[in-house]
Amino acid sequence: MRQNMYLCPNQQSLMSQKLLLDATALHLILNRLACQLIENHDSFENTALIGLQPRGSYLLKRLEQLLTQEYKIKNLQTGLLDITFYRDDFRRNDEPLKANSTEIDFLVENKKVVIVDDVLYTGRSIRAALTALQSFGRPQSIELLTLIDRRFSRHLPIQPDYNGRQVDAINNQKVKVMWQENTGEDAVYLLKNDNA
Amino acid sequence: MSELSVDNVLGIKYLTPEDIQLIHRTADQFKEVINRPIKKVPSLRDITIANLFFENSTRTKLSFELAEKRLSADVINFSAAQSSVKKGETLVDTVNNILAMKVDLVVMRHPNPGAGVFLSKHVNARIVNAGDGAHEHPTQALLDAYSIREKLGDLSGKKVVIVGDILHSRVALSNIYCLQKLGAEVMVCGPATLLPKHIASLGVKVELNLRKALEWCDVANMLRVQNERMDISYFPSVREYVQQYGVNRELLDSLDKEIVIMHPGPINRGVEITSDVADSDQAIILNQVENGVAIRMAVLYLVAAKIRRNDQ
Repeated sequence: MRQNMYLCPNQQSLMSQKLLLDATALHLILNRLACQLIENHDSFENTALIGLQPRGSYLLKRLEQLLTQEYKIKNLQTGLLDITFYRDDFRRNDEPLKANSTEIDFLVENKKVVIVDDVLYTGRSIRAALTALQSFGRPQSIELLTLIDRRFSRHLPIQPDYNGRQVDAINNQKVKVMWQENTGEDAVYLLKNDNA
Repeated sequence: MSELSVDNVLGIKYLTPEDIQLIHRTADQFKEVINRPIKKVPSLRDITIANLFFENSTRTKLSFELAEKRLSADVINFSAAQSSVKKGETLVDTVNNILAMKVDLVVMRHPNPGAGVFLSKHVNARIVNAGDGAHEHPTQALLDAYSIREKLGDLSGKKVVIVGDILHSRVALSNIYCLQKLGAEVMVCGPATLLPKHIASLGVKVELNLRKALEWCDVANMLRVQNERMDISYFPSVREYVQQYGVNRELLDSLDKEIVIMHPGPINRGVEITSDVADSDQAIILNQVENGVAIRMAVLYLVAAKIRRNDQ
């Protein structure tokens, strides 16, 4: 495991970071998750993968690539869901909530939906996503796929059906998922605020 | 930027270009929401909004009410016709009485210019101006600019002419501010009697000839002749107005480009524009109405976002 220190520009405090997953480990996990999805959803005929904006979109894109290119799944239905207007912390945060685009051009009525997000923390985003999905119809079932499951930090009774890696992280720690597409590296870090 | 620089939306004059762009970006998301099978989001479910209409309005009121309901806000409606205003109650008293019922946000239309600004100084609530006399109508200007952006892309450098009764129009003033803040060039065109005296001091071009104005512009926003506000005769006859300032098919076909036609409604068909123009593909009048709901959702959402829970 690599350990290094750097100054986080946003928080102006000393953060230490620990590598949780390197590129190889991440790729293995992505392949496993794709295979688990195939096990349960076969040809994906009646299945839709819905990524949560903004960060679930990267994971969704990777899974989509794997499923269509490596595993030759045809007609995979995917969409992006923004949950901003469904969040339960509107007007409770110092930072106002900023919306992203929702790109779902189909109804989820009677479909098997898999919600895709990178980190499962309190579970509140997933709660919001469950409500938001109702605006697109009544799905047959909803499952949850997450890359990182932060144990012991849930505020709601929500657990993933497909899980990349379980991580024990305490509250002042942050899990950061990096993707080649936006940061130039595939990796997952655990950031710890040493001042906190 | 993800927050408005102001607490109340009283006029475009008080908004920064960044505010306008934030409202437009937020409206993009709400436009997607109102095209879903279920067109409702729970964002404002703990907010109560009072629609105070001291002047008649149909479409603005409907549009605001729909926007509020699509955001899951609780809504109460008030119109001056059936109220104690007739019994001599002052504006501040009326509004304070309504606020005493724990209302968070007020959407107000009032016949007097500056009513919103006045109210914001005397009561403790967030206010969205839905039109104050011949002064401002900010949400209309925001949705007009949004509709142009949707049709033609970025507004900077675009040429927009506002045609007709500029003197009695709150839409005109808000549009001028809004378009200029987004970098568009603005011209006003109408009979000299219906152009305010010092309108050029706002930095707009003034043109009395409709053909010349249309040859110059990319977009023509046709305003309604507001007969109800006219205490004296501003032009000899409706027929003469139509001949000089009415847009018809032949006039549009004789231009060497296709311009976009807008109208804030309600249309006097056959006066400011003919029916075939209003119903043609060149007109984006119904897009404006659709965008109106998205824009008002964005404005209400962003104003409500600034009411922190601990303020209550």
